[in-house]
Amino acid sequence: MEYILIVIGAVFVNNIVLSQFLGICPFIGVSNKVDTAIGMASAVTFVMIIATMVTYLLQQYILEPLQIGFMQTVSYILVIAALVQLVEIILKKVSPSMYQALGIFLPLITTNCTILGVAILTFQKEFNLLQGVVYAASNAIGFGLALVTFSGIREQLELAEIPKGMKGVPIAFIIAGILAMAFMGFANIV
Amino acid sequence: MSQLKHVTKGFLKENPTFVLFLGLCPTLGTTGSAINGLGMGLATTAVLTLSNVFIALFSKYIPDKVRIPSFIVIIASFVTIVDLLMSAYTNTPGPHGEPSLYDNLGIFIPLIVVNCIVLGRAEAFAAKNSVLPSLLDGIGIGLGFSFALTLLGTVRELLGNGSFFGHKFIQGDGMLIFIMAPGAFLALGYLIMIMNKLKKKLANS
Amino acid sequence: MLLTLLIISLLASAAMGAVYNLTKEPIDLAKGAKKTLAIQRVAPAFDNHPGEENFSVAADGDSVYFYIARKGNDTVGYAAETFSNKAFGGTLKLLVGFSPDGTINDIAVLEHKETPGLGDKMTKAKSDWSYQFNGKNPGNYKLQVKKDGGDVDAITASTITSRAYCDAVQRAYDALKKGGKQ
Repeated sequence: MEYILIVIGAVFVNNIVLSQFLGICPFIGVSNKVDTAIGMASAVTFVMIIATMVTYLLQQYILEPLQIGFMQTVSYILVIAALVQLVEIILKKVSPSMYQALGIFLPLITTNCTILGVAILTFQKEFNLLQGVVYAASNAIGFGLALVTFSGIREQLELAEIPKGMKGVPIAFIIAGILAMAFMGFANIV
Repeated sequence: MSQLKHVTKGFLKENPTFVLFLGLCPTLGTTGSAINGLGMGLATTAVLTLSNVFIALFSKYIPDKVRIPSFIVIIASFVTIVDLLMSAYTNTPGPHGEPSLYDNLGIFIPLIVVNCIVLGRAEAFAAKNSVLPSLLDGIGIGLGFSFALTLLGTVRELLGNGSFFGHKFIQGDGMLIFIMAPGAFLALGYLIMIMNKLKKKLANS
Repeated sequence: MLLTLLIISLLASAAMGAVYNLTKEPIDLAKGAKKTLAIQRVAPAFDNHPGEENFSVAADGDSVYFYIARKGNDTVGYAAETFSNKAFGGTLKLLVGFSPDGTINDIAVLEHKETPGLGDKMTKAKSDWSYQFNGKNPGNYKLQVKKDGGDVDAITASTITSRAYCDAVQRAYDALKKGGKQ
């Protein structure tokens, strides 16, 4: 039950993009096509789950025993940067086809604030390792859901007649706003 | 003063928010009120300016292969320092127990480290220029970012709460949607449209 | 190459460590002041440091934390950090001030995610709604909204928030009755 609450809360109620405002840059930047959106979402899911596990262990077994909690930001971001590199190298060796699909998104992920954000939130919410992993996976799904829905709308938008001044980014934000309103309807379901 | 252009370019021509669309997470996440937007902008400006200066100073000693990790360490250190200072000195709650500035900005303070503006300026400007232009660039881009956040915060607060920097002058509730999540997207969309128009006008004249 | 990175990391750690040591005291002070200020707003006047005298009572899978307010040697009241998971926008956290007999002295909202303009009317910054609890004793005052047969006027159009608020206060009262004899 507790895990179901975490999942529904992170995917719908407090959607990481539309209500927590994390990961807006890829949300606006790589949402022109559904295919790329799916690729980006998969890459984020992959890295987010691993990063949350690793930073959790780092926090529990290094930062807390040494009482250097103030080094959290530095150590987390370095671990994430190193992890992204590592994932890239391993993926290239082990599964070239997956590397082909996700490879171009990986370098973008280090500065994707959802990864660091979820790692810090997992710490702040005092989750244990399993809760943290479930939380990370649900946030990744929430990110994917928002991104894919949004890119679907944007694909349709190419056929619509939009006022000249609104073309491109402004209309994207307006649509994101309407999407966020729709997601507000999920409030109070957990 | 030809150096002055490094400062002024951040406001319109190379505004990180309205023109380059960088650092959007804090832009949307902290602009429920003007004062929060300004606070976030200034915190980012401090990190940006300090990291720009230090990277301009040391970049010639940093080998290319470890350039990015080194930049990240430098930026993350300044973020931590700003975080610590803010948690010590901007952590007083309001008269009715409203959350302090530090609590309002919350997770967006450590997240300055992944703000693309900071690493972007380090790579594109500070690593290639000397100290003084890098300092001015940091201040200029930082203030441009602060300007954008304060403007967005002001608009949202004005429409959503009928107040200006916390001073309420319209009784009752405003259009509440603007201080909630969807309003952030809507307000920014319209602001970008207006800014595009302004830029075009300036370019034509 | 690695040497440069190592030197940079060492310098950075040294700088952070220095700032950490410099700000440690002001940060603790600010946190302590925040807690004392919050307790002052709800508990009867005291002259001790309630932030340092506390106990917790387990409740519904979590705990309610009590801060003891004393004047001289007498216990003049408690401030209870309580919560409800039934709120509209997730967890609601309240600080409820009690007299030793369980009468509500005053209540402050610590943390909420309710809708601006509707549910957030429970905060004192937005409306006077929460003053109706002051001076009431949950022993003979039914902490439920009138719609559910209780004594509490609900916030217009925010019954769920009002219910959660009552739920949190009730939890604090029950915890006080269970463990407040120390």
